[in-house]
Amino acid sequence: MADTSDLTPSRRAFLKGTAAGIAGAAMGAGAARAAGPDPLITDIQPFAQGLGDGVDATPYGLPIKFEDDVVRRNVEWLTADTISSINFTPIHALDGTITPQGCAFERHHSGAIEMSKGEYRLMINGLVDKPLVFTYEDLERFPRENHVYFCECAANTGMEWAGAQLNGAQFTHGMIHNMEYTGVPLRTLLQEAGLSGDLEGKWVFVEGHDASSNGRSIPMEKALDDVLVAFKANGEALRKEHGYPVRLVVPGWEGNLWVKWLRRVEVTDGPVESREETSKYTDTLADGTSRKWTWVMDAKSVITQPSPQAPITHGPGPMVISGLAWSGHGAITRVDVSKDGGKTWETARLAKPGEKMALTRFYLDTVWDGEEMLLQARAMDETGYVQPTKAQLREVRGENSIYHNNCIQTWHVKTSGEAENVEVS
Amino acid sequence: MSKSLKLFGGALGGAGIVLLSAVNFADRFVTEAPAPKPRVAEAAPAPSAPPAPVAAEAQSGGMLVAAANAEEHSTSAGGFGIGREALPEEVAAWDVNVMPDGTGLPEGSGSVADGEMLFSENCAVCHGEFAEGVGNWPELAGGEGTLADKDPVKTVGSYWPYLSTAWDYVHRSMPFGNAQSLTADETYAIVAYILYSNWLVEEDFVLSRENFLEVEMPNADGFIVDDRPETEYGQWRAEPCMSDCKDSVEITMRATVLDVTPDEGADEAGMSEDQAAAPAPEAAPAEEAAPAAEEVTLAALDPELVAAGEKVFRKCSACHKVGEGAKNGAGPQLNGIVGRTVGGAEGFKYSGAMADHGGVWDEAFLAAFLADPRGTMKGTRMAFAGLKNDADVEAVIAFLKSTEE
Repeated sequence: MADTSDLTPSRRAFLKGTAAGIAGAAMGAGAARAAGPDPLITDIQPFAQGLGDGVDATPYGLPIKFEDDVVRRNVEWLTADTISSINFTPIHALDGTITPQGCAFERHHSGAIEMSKGEYRLMINGLVDKPLVFTYEDLERFPRENHVYFCECAANTGMEWAGAQLNGAQFTHGMIHNMEYTGVPLRTLLQEAGLSGDLEGKWVFVEGHDASSNGRSIPMEKALDDVLVAFKANGEALRKEHGYPVRLVVPGWEGNLWVKWLRRVEVTDGPVESREETSKYTDTLADGTSRKWTWVMDAKSVITQPSPQAPITHGPGPMVISGLAWSGHGAITRVDVSKDGGKTWETARLAKPGEKMALTRFYLDTVWDGEEMLLQARAMDETGYVQPTKAQLREVRGENSIYHNNCIQTWHVKTSGEAENVEVS
Repeated sequence: MSKSLKLFGGALGGAGIVLLSAVNFADRFVTEAPAPKPRVAEAAPAPSAPPAPVAAEAQSGGMLVAAANAEEHSTSAGGFGIGREALPEEVAAWDVNVMPDGTGLPEGSGSVADGEMLFSENCAVCHGEFAEGVGNWPELAGGEGTLADKDPVKTVGSYWPYLSTAWDYVHRSMPFGNAQSLTADETYAIVAYILYSNWLVEEDFVLSRENFLEVEMPNADGFIVDDRPETEYGQWRAEPCMSDCKDSVEITMRATVLDVTPDEGADEAGMSEDQAAAPAPEAAPAEEAAPAAEEVTLAALDPELVAAGEKVFRKCSACHKVGEGAKNGAGPQLNGIVGRTVGGAEGFKYSGAMADHGGVWDEAFLAAFLADPRGTMKGTRMAFAGLKNDADVEAVIAFLKSTEE
C-alpha cells in the first residue's frame, strides 16, 4: 500500500521548507499562518454567543447552504430535452463511497413519474407455473437482503471517446452512484411464481411503469444470481427520480438494466430485442459492426480530487490525492496512481478492502512539490483485469462505441493548482 | 448452445464463475435466510404462457441454472404464498412485447399512405416530416452505409436489426408524452411509413402481421455478441508496468479548447485568482454558445429577472428559438410571444388545439400554460411537463418580453 515513508528526512525537511517559504505568497494558505492573532479565534463569534435552530427547523434536512454547489448537473447539449436525459453526480465534491440519494445522477427516458406505494403493482408472468401480482406490501413480506452496489450508466465517459471534451470529473465520470440497497432477490419472486422445466436458454424481460417502460432482457443465469428487487436505498425509500417505490438492481451491469418503477418481469424463451438493447446500448466498432449484450461494466477508476472542479488551493506540501474505483466483475484489488502521465506508478491506499460491484475509495497520501502533474489512476480487479488506456480501447473498438469507455483518465494539474481534462500520448 | 451461456462462459470463464458464485452465495447468506415452504395448492398453468420448450442439458457454464434445475423444491411454484394470481386480462394489458419472430403482434395492418398522415400528426414535431429528426431529436431515416464512418447515423433503416423493435417501441412508448394512444392499425401504418422513409418499401406498401417478417432490415447481420472476453480481457489481465513505462509524455488534447463544459462546473469550483494567469485555450471554441440575448432593454423589465429567465429558457431552447432571425424548430419561434396571437408563428404546424384556440398570449395565460401545458391546453403537442417553480415562470416571461416580434 502507499505510504510516504520512502521520503527521507532531508527530503521531508526540504519540502516543508519550500512549502513554508512560498505558501503565504502563493496561496495565503489559511489564516493559521497569519502574522497576527486570528479574529475567528480571538473575537467572540455570533454562533458562540446566540442560539441556533431548534430541533424541528427542518423535519427532513438538506445540506447546509454552504454546500449548495454540491449538486447534480446537466450537460444540455447532450440531449433534446431534460425529460429523456441524464445528469451527473458531483463526485468531485464527495468522499467515502456511499452516494447521497439527493445528488445521485438521474437518467429518465420519459421523465420521473410520481407513483405511490398504494398504486404500485409488480407482475411476474410468462414461462412460470403461475403468473403472480404483488403489491408493495407483499414485497416487504419476503426475506430481504442488504447490499452495496454501484450503478453506472453505460454511457459514462462516453463523450470522451474522440478526445478530452468535458472539463470536470462530474461530467466525465459522474454517471455513477453507489448505494446500500434493501430488497428481495429476484430469484425469490421467480421461485414464488414457479420455474419449472429446463431453465437453459431462458431469459427474463423486465420493464417499468413509466411511458418509456425501458424494457430489457436479462439471461436467467443473472436473474437467479444477484439481481435484487429493491425498495430502499441508503436506509430510506428510493427517491422518485430513482424509481420510487421499487427498482431493479443488477449488480455490476450497465445502469440501463436497473429498471425503475419496476412493473413486470416476464420469463421468456429468448431476448425481446427491445429498443434499449438494439438501437441503444449497443457498441459500434470501427468496421461498423456493433457489439450487443455488453452488460458488464469493466474495471474503472478516476481521481476525484484534485480534478478540474476541485483544484489544489493550499499550495505545495502534504496533500491527499483521492479517487474512486469499481468493477462489474467483482472487487477492486489495487489502484495505482501516476503523477507523470503514466511513466511511473505508485500504489494507492484503499480506504477499505474492495467490495464486489461496489465503489472503492482510494487515497494517495503524498507531498506536492508545486510542479505540474499529469495525474492518472489505474484500477485492477479480482480477475486480474487492468484498466486500459484510451489508446488501448481505441485500438480494439475505434471511437464510435459511445458506451463502456473505461479508459484511464488524465488530469493536468498546473503550478497554480488548477486541473484540466487532457489526453496524453 | 444458448446465447446466454455463450456470453457467460466467455465473460467469466469456467472456473471463475464457480468461484464467484460461491463467494456470492456466502456473502448473501450471512445468516441463513428462511427457506420457502412448498406451496400447499398445486400451481395452475399460466393462462397466457406458451409451453416451455424442451431444452438441452445444462451446460457447464450455467451453474446457477443447473443448480436451480436440480433443486425442484426451490423452483416449483410457491413457497411463501404471497401475492395473488394474475388474471388473464391483466397479463394481456401489460404483456405487449413483440418478439423478433413476430410473437406478440396483434392482428391488423396499415398503409404507407395512412402512416404518412399519422406520422405528420403525431411524430413529425420531433422526428421531422420525413423522419429526418428535428434538432437533437432522433432521426429515424437515412444514414445508410454510415456505420463505419466517423459519425455514424443510426436510424431504423441504417441500424435497427429487427422490425419488431420499431413496432414494439412505437406501440408502447410513442408518441412522446402520449404513449399507448396508438391502435394496432395505426402502429402498423406508422411503422410502414418509417420503412418507406428509409426506402425499404414502396409507397403502396401495406404492413400487416402476415407480411411482417418479410421486411428485410439492412443491418440485421450487423451485430455480434459481446466479444470482450476474447478481444480484450486476455490482453488486459496482466501485471501492469510500474516504472519506465514510456519514454515521453505529451499532452495531445485539452478539454478547455472545446469549451463545451457547462459553466456551473467552473464557476462554483472555487477557483483562485490564479485562474487568470492560467494559459489561455489554444484555439477558438469549436461551438459558439447560444446567441446572446438581444440588447433591447425595456425600461419596465428588471434586468436581473430577464437574465434569470434567460437561464430558465435553456429548458425550452431545444425546441424554441428566440432572437434575431429565430426560426421555427420542434416548437414555434417565440419572439414577442407576449401579446402575440395564439398559434400565430408563421409556417409552424400547430396542433389542432393550438391552431383553433384564438386570442392572444397575455401574461396570465402564458403563466398558466408554462406551469401546466397539457392541463391548460388539452391536445397541445408540447411534451414539456411544465415549470414547477412560480419564480421560474415569472422570470422566463420577463425574458420572453424582452424579445421583439
